[in-house]
Amino acid sequence: MTTTNYLNADYGIWSWLLTKDHKRIAILYLISITMMFLMGGLFALMLRLELLTPAGDLLQADTYNKFFTMHGIVMVFFFLIPSIPAVLGNFLIPMMIGARDLAFPRLNLASWYVYIAGAAFTLYAIFTGGLDTGWTFYTPYSTAVANTKVIPAALGIFITGFSSILTGLNFIVTIHRMRAPGLTWFRLPLFVWAHYATSIIFILGTPVIAITILLVAVERAFRFGIFDPALGGDPILFQHLFWFYSHPAVYIMILPSMGIVSELIACFSRKVIFGYGFIAVSSLLIAVLGFLVWGHHLFLSGQSVYASLIFSLLSFLVAIPSAVKVFNWIATLYRGSIEFAAPMIYALGFIGLFTIGGLTGLFLATLGFDVHVHDTYFVVAHFHYIMVGGAIMGYLGGIHFWWPKISGRMYPEWPARIGAVVIFIGFNMTFFPQFIAGYLGMPRRYHMYPPEFQVLNVMSTAGATVLGLGYLLPLTYLLWSLRYGAVAPANPWRATGLEWQTPSPPPTENFTTTPVVTEEAYAYSHREPEYV
Amino acid sequence: MLERLGLMPPQASTFASQVDMLYAFLLMVTAFFSVLIAAFVIGFSIKYRRRSDSERTPHLHGSTALEIAWSIIPLGIAMVMFFWGASMFVTLKRPPDDAMQVNVVGKQWMWKIQHLEGRREINELHVPVGRPVKLTLTSEDVIHSFYVPAFRIKQDAVPGRYTTVWFEATKPGRYHLFCAEYCGTKHSGMIGEIVVMDPADYQAWLTAEAPAPAAAGVAAGGESLVAAGRALFEKNGCVTCHQPGSVLGPMLAGIVGTSVTLQDGSTVKVDEDYLRESILTPQAKVVKGFAPVMPTFKGQLNEEQILQLIAYIKSLGATPSASGAADVQGKTGP
Repeated sequence: MTTTNYLNADYGIWSWLLTKDHKRIAILYLISITMMFLMGGLFALMLRLELLTPAGDLLQADTYNKFFTMHGIVMVFFFLIPSIPAVLGNFLIPMMIGARDLAFPRLNLASWYVYIAGAAFTLYAIFTGGLDTGWTFYTPYSTAVANTKVIPAALGIFITGFSSILTGLNFIVTIHRMRAPGLTWFRLPLFVWAHYATSIIFILGTPVIAITILLVAVERAFRFGIFDPALGGDPILFQHLFWFYSHPAVYIMILPSMGIVSELIACFSRKVIFGYGFIAVSSLLIAVLGFLVWGHHLFLSGQSVYASLIFSLLSFLVAIPSAVKVFNWIATLYRGSIEFAAPMIYALGFIGLFTIGGLTGLFLATLGFDVHVHDTYFVVAHFHYIMVGGAIMGYLGGIHFWWPKISGRMYPEWPARIGAVVIFIGFNMTFFPQFIAGYLGMPRRYHMYPPEFQVLNVMSTAGATVLGLGYLLPLTYLLWSLRYGAVAPANPWRATGLEWQTPSPPPTENFTTTPVVTEEAYAYSHREPEYV
Repeated sequence: MLERLGLMPPQASTFASQVDMLYAFLLMVTAFFSVLIAAFVIGFSIKYRRRSDSERTPHLHGSTALEIAWSIIPLGIAMVMFFWGASMFVTLKRPPDDAMQVNVVGKQWMWKIQHLEGRREINELHVPVGRPVKLTLTSEDVIHSFYVPAFRIKQDAVPGRYTTVWFEATKPGRYHLFCAEYCGTKHSGMIGEIVVMDPADYQAWLTAEAPAPAAAGVAAGGESLVAAGRALFEKNGCVTCHQPGSVLGPMLAGIVGTSVTLQDGSTVKVDEDYLRESILTPQAKVVKGFAPVMPTFKGQLNEEQILQLIAYIKSLGATPSASGAADVQGKTGP
């Protein structure tokens, strides 16, 4: 029964560490980012425990400040940004387009090593005392005042950025040059479109954060006046440069997740996706418009009123393509044959959380209202709904959906369904109260807080416990399934898409013969066309 | 009421009720769409749940009409939000001319406040009800943010420049003052209180003998900002060059709010930021016709003293230029 596949084609640690197989590199990433996720989660747990009471009684103020900083840095730069692209993108893009590998397999392996090198610097910073600048590194605090490990952490982020750039480059070239015969642009799975848009942000945005964070290190080390007004620099310049990347970075996290959701909704409704072209183009539109809204992080910085007006307007515009995607997913459900497998529950959960996250984004784009909730827990709740609620729901949905392909084993269905529901509920319990706390005026990054906010904080911490347990569930049963799970057939979901036309797990070369594509994506529906 | 239930912060400024109205609008629109989306997702999920594995589904490719509709309608609603929020923001950024001036300097980890009349306070701000108050903010070290939830206002205090925000309190009471921009170890301890008083109480408070502020190095209040500024103006020798007929420095009476021509022919509006820059970095923008001979006062004046000097220079503009010039020479004055 055992056939040769990418997992058993070769043995030994070096067959992994020196592999050029995109599927094995995806596994390397999967292991690395899971470690980082656990670490970032541990920091979050400590923060939530501290916030159980208004007094600063569990952690020292400095320790608390370091924990939220390192929670942010680890989760953003070392988990969320690489998560879907580096794991699922890496694994699936060549398979979805009928290719044997990415265009540059060695570069792909190099990008993992670059990621590890960056992580090593950052972990060094964390384990030799940590840093307390916030993941945003605002100047002049980060360059002139903080006496923590800013430089190694900054270098870690600088280095890791190149991993993103290389991955983006690899994806773009692969998608342009290596599509199977017949696989035209508008036959591509939407997952691929989403990664194409994400790769554009990787390539155009990441160099800016790399330069910016390097300038922070330079000013700190050599006292060059770049951002510190005492040296003749401009602290607001830093915020412009930082958010020029870090706002689009949110779309790096959410676009691939949207790509996954399109796959899941179509497959588990057994229907062709509604408005394929609009969903595909909206990804590109989000990637482009996403570069033009960074100034909404600077509404209260003293930025000119006119600039704030323009950034507010553009922030509203970027909401439209996101809304279009949601409406198209709902239309796909219409007259479908909906099956509530665990990945589908994640996808539907994504729609719920992303909708709340997106709609509260409108509150923040509204200038007059933002003045009140800027830098409060309202913002914390909003971006967690997008980056955690949205991005991680999509990521976990995708991990479950393609787990049979990746591991060759089925995950256990019922624990997975329960896990998805627990995560959805736990997430809302954790973050919904934070909207209220923010509107009531609780500022973010507070180690201590006035007692009137305690009830909401206790609710949030209770929810975080549920959420934490929810995340441990998939971790447990997915590991369990590696040995005890049912052996997966090539196409357990009766899904379209080239990745399902090859055995699970696939052979190293993905396809024994190059597939030829003769139809559109998501040909789930019966053939006679009907119109609404 | 919502405030009693702990679902709304106290509403104590003219701006607060406007923000809450906008909030109610945003909440209603987004709640409507959330419920609508949830209803469709749940409704379709139930109605079209899989009953048999051999079910066939219709081939619905999409509909351009629908796509246009669900792009244009949200866009229209978003534009209402944009204009509503934008117009409020513009108002917030334009303090009324008769606003009472208060200077705020943030430093790790306290708020240092001085009223025009000279009264100083730390981590407390006393203001009268029913009178617009304009805050001019800066910072001595890192970025802070002055946040009063009950007023629904917030403004960053940025080192090296001035920012402003204004409010008009509507209800006497004591309200939270928070630092909203992370500023280091005791960020969450950089808090205080806004004390809103009846105008009569405020006047009494303002003129009462101020107790010496707790922090070391801060002179006791009492002397008005303008008087303190004049003293600095004389003590630091500004008066020797900035006097009528001087060829060494431009006359300062009435200069605030005008535009001056610089050596390179460009013009600059004389505002608080320009005055501050000219005191600390005099060579940066030298007025045409004058030599770059002014020494820097960096390190000799702290942020509060610079604000006092600026208050004095602005007061020169408020009086007829002749007496202003006389003031500069220090020969007359109250």
